Amino acid sequence: MTHSWVQFAAEKENPLVPPWPELVIGLIAFVIVFGFLAKKLLPNINKVLEERREAIEGGIEKAEAAQTEAQSVLEQYKAQLAEARHEAARLRQEAQEQGAALIAEMRAEGQRQREEIVTAGHAQIEADRKSAAQTLRQDVGKLATELAGKLVGESLEDHARQSRVIDRFLDELEEKAEATR
Amino acid sequence: MRRADTTRLPYLCATLKEPAVSADPTQTLAFDSSCHLFSGCGFDTVAPGLHSFLFKPLWGDTNGIYFNKPMLLALLGSIVVVGFFWAAFARPKVVPGKLQLVAEAGYDFIRRGVVYETIGKKEGEKYVPLVVSLFFFVWMMNLWSIVPVAQFPVTSIIAYPMVLALIVYLVWVPLTFKRHGFVGAFKNFTGYDKSLGAVLPLAMTIELFSNLLVRPFTHAVRLFANMFAGHTLLVLFTVASWYMLNGIGIAYSAVSFSMTLVMTAFELFIQAVQAYVFVLLTCSYIQGALAEHH
Repeated sequence: MTHSWVQFAAEKENPLVPPWPELVIGLIAFVIVFGFLAKKLLPNINKVLEERREAIEGGIEKAEAAQTEAQSVLEQYKAQLAEARHEAARLRQEAQEQGAALIAEMRAEGQRQREEIVTAGHAQIEADRKSAAQTLRQDVGKLATELAGKLVGESLEDHARQSRVIDRFLDELEEKAEATR
Repeated sequence: MRRADTTRLPYLCATLKEPAVSADPTQTLAFDSSCHLFSGCGFDTVAPGLHSFLFKPLWGDTNGIYFNKPMLLALLGSIVVVGFFWAAFARPKVVPGKLQLVAEAGYDFIRRGVVYETIGKKEGEKYVPLVVSLFFFVWMMNLWSIVPVAQFPVTSIIAYPMVLALIVYLVWVPLTFKRHGFVGAFKNFTGYDKSLGAVLPLAMTIELFSNLLVRPFTHAVRLFANMFAGHTLLVLFTVASWYMLNGIGIAYSAVSFSMTLVMTAFELFIQAVQAYVFVLLTCSYIQGALAEHH
């Protein structure tokens, strides 16, 4: 037993010379590993790695789409906001203009009415003054005549003469008044 | 078959009646465990040597068909590799579990970090399964070195690296012919370069020899020798720790044992590095075969 083992050891003295049964087993062992990995397991995982890559890229695409949509919505919103602001500014401007026009109109109307009233007042005053002056002239003439008649003791019945004298007197008065004014 | 006398064996102690290697197939230790320092037993009786890489067949006869421990480890190792990837990739998920994540990291490391880096993505894709299988197979074979009970790197038997180097050789050599035609392949192998002038024939001879003969040999031996040396060191420190475990020798034994631990950690590193180097060279050979100008 011992003898045959040592002989076996002796035959395999050179460690660089491979015994063929070990070559065969080595080949079989490697072929088992290569067969399983190359035919089934690595294609399996490659498929999944590809799926994962696609899933990740799909996710990125989805996120990009969402971002684009958000961006467009934001722009739309901003545009709407700007439009609304513009509209509001326009309305305010319009209202201001309208208000100003209204005020100007009212002012013109007031002015016109005031002038009318003033004019009417002036006319009234003029008419009153004229009638008062007329009345006064008559009354003053009559009174002056009466007074003068009493003073001179003679009747100044002669209307024509009387009238001429009074008128001349009154005209003088008026002229005096004009002069002092 | 050559009938050798026991005394011709260089690694057996000359004074020893019995061989250092245990003849009893049921005995698990490969050295005489009763041999200690200061007990009249020399270290050469137990020291590791070439015999540490020889195994009595578990089945069969050494002159014909047989089955031994490295073979068992080789087959077990391939089952472990396939089992691992089966568990991880048989029903892969887009959102990976822990195991799938680890396996994916390993797969991606070889695919991207080795194949795509050297051959390129477009050309290299075809060789990814081969290179990935090679890496994990070699790594597992190396890893047996520090797995308790197994404790033997299968790749320290030249047959296993040789088979793998031969497979790689049979990939890149026909590929060169297929890609460049006969004359182109010859130029590729010989590194044909007119500017060399008079030394061209010499350079071509050296290149041809180097590429077609030395290259597959060094490819296999690089892996084999690293694992062989690593295992020898591990066995040396382990056996020495046990051998010196007697009297004052316990102190030496402690040093030797701490070296065993250090070397185990170092081997763990070397195993991965050698598997990486093996596939890196594979890729570099394939890339050389595909290259337009060598």
